[in-house]
Amino acid sequence: MPAAILARLILLEARRSGLPWLVAGGLAAALGLAAFLSQVALTEGRALQLALLAALLRAGAVFLVAAQVAASTMRELNDKGLELALSFPLARSTQYLGRLAGFFTLGALLAAAFAAPLLLFAPPAAVAQWGLSLACELALVAAAALFFAMSLASPVPALAATAALYLLARSMSAMQAIASGPLAEHSLAHELARHAIDGVALIVPSLDRVTRSEWLLYGAPDGRSYALGVGGLLVYAALLAAAGIFDFQRRTA
Amino acid sequence: MTRDERPLRAVPPAMWIALAATLAAQIGWRSLQGPAGAGAADLPPPPSAQALRLASFGEPPALARLAMLYLQAFDYGGANLTPYRRLDYARLIGWLDAILELDPRSEYPLFAAARIYAEVPDEARSRLMLEFIYRQFFVDPDRRWPWLAHAALLAKHRLKDLPLARRYAAAIDRHTHAASVPLWAKQMEIFILEDMNELQAARILLGGLLESGAIRDPAEARFLRQRLEELERRRR
Repeated sequence: MPAAILARLILLEARRSGLPWLVAGGLAAALGLAAFLSQVALTEGRALQLALLAALLRAGAVFLVAAQVAASTMRELNDKGLELALSFPLARSTQYLGRLAGFFTLGALLAAAFAAPLLLFAPPAAVAQWGLSLACELALVAAAALFFAMSLASPVPALAATAALYLLARSMSAMQAIASGPLAEHSLAHELARHAIDGVALIVPSLDRVTRSEWLLYGAPDGRSYALGVGGLLVYAALLAAAGIFDFQRRTA
Repeated sequence: MTRDERPLRAVPPAMWIALAATLAAQIGWRSLQGPAGAGAADLPPPPSAQALRLASFGEPPALARLAMLYLQAFDYGGANLTPYRRLDYARLIGWLDAILELDPRSEYPLFAAARIYAEVPDEARSRLMLEFIYRQFFVDPDRRWPWLAHAALLAKHRLKDLPLARRYAAAIDRHTHAASVPLWAKQMEIFILEDMNELQAARILLGGLLESGAIRDPAEARFLRQRLEELERRRR
């Protein structure tokens, strides 16, 4: 199955490029920093350690996946590996989805590795929900990074675009709350800005509703809101994959 | 993940010297600067809860606790004998308000308000903080009563303001409804009116809090025991 071979190559490249060492280093750094800060806390030391660890691991996992996808795609473009792959008797969609499947698997492995240490501080059910949500979030990030790396064909703009989309998606609800807050002035310009923000919110995923450290601290969310949040990630990852394949079909080489 | 490289002896001696000299310069420069200490006057105006929420990027519990550590660092290592005494309390309360709005279930802001900021030997500042605790109590009485109970003791023994202490005690009685709130807390008003000294009252409060399971954090229990020992030393 050609797509599975491509996915396996992606995982092999990640292993050989030293990603497991980066994951181990990231875990050690996050655990160390969270433990240090919890020592300074006068109360809620364990809660601080857990909240900070979850936030750091989430950000670290997202960075590692985005950087790995962008670097791997750039290497393939620069080494003319993509040109070679396009000469194979394989559908372009199969090639794109094979790569994406490899990055999805990489994200799932990273999510499992980063969720494991949280079992020391939080109930297993909450950690499992957090980990599954992180895996879906990483799938979205991988799809975004692959789309931008393929279409922008340069590592820095690809990473910047992925980071911008990610940060915007995580702060969209707060921006909407500020725009529609009681202190906001009622003028035409403000109304236009508010509608513009609402419009942008429709085309970005709501990443502030998923992989929340609150689930680990105060208990898992209700099934409906969890399913809506995680389902939204998968829908957006599918949209990015479709956009990526669309762009890839038009590629000359 | 390997790369071809030449042996270390291939590096010219001048480069070794340059590397060592720049490293020594960096260490020397930093050691001259010393650690930066945050003073009381440096506490910036509080951000709005919405701004904090925006800056949290969807991680309000983590940012709320980090913000508490940030606040805790202000004036703690200052030149004054009593930490936090010179802080601008209006700003401080603004910060605590914003942090509580960011994560209303965090106990840290009210713990710091009751056990640290309200205990400064400055009546005006102490009163400001006690009123903050009283105001915040009504947001979630069944969870926030321990801090108001401590505020009642401070009002009676530190400020010598019995009506204020009774007001706080009466609020606990009237507004707490959960089964987890112990009877002694609901009868705080009688407890306030009894002729006991601060140490006896603090012992009962701490013992009751530990027994009811309201204090779960080992660092918090340790901190409160230290406070009790300090009180015992002062009364000797």
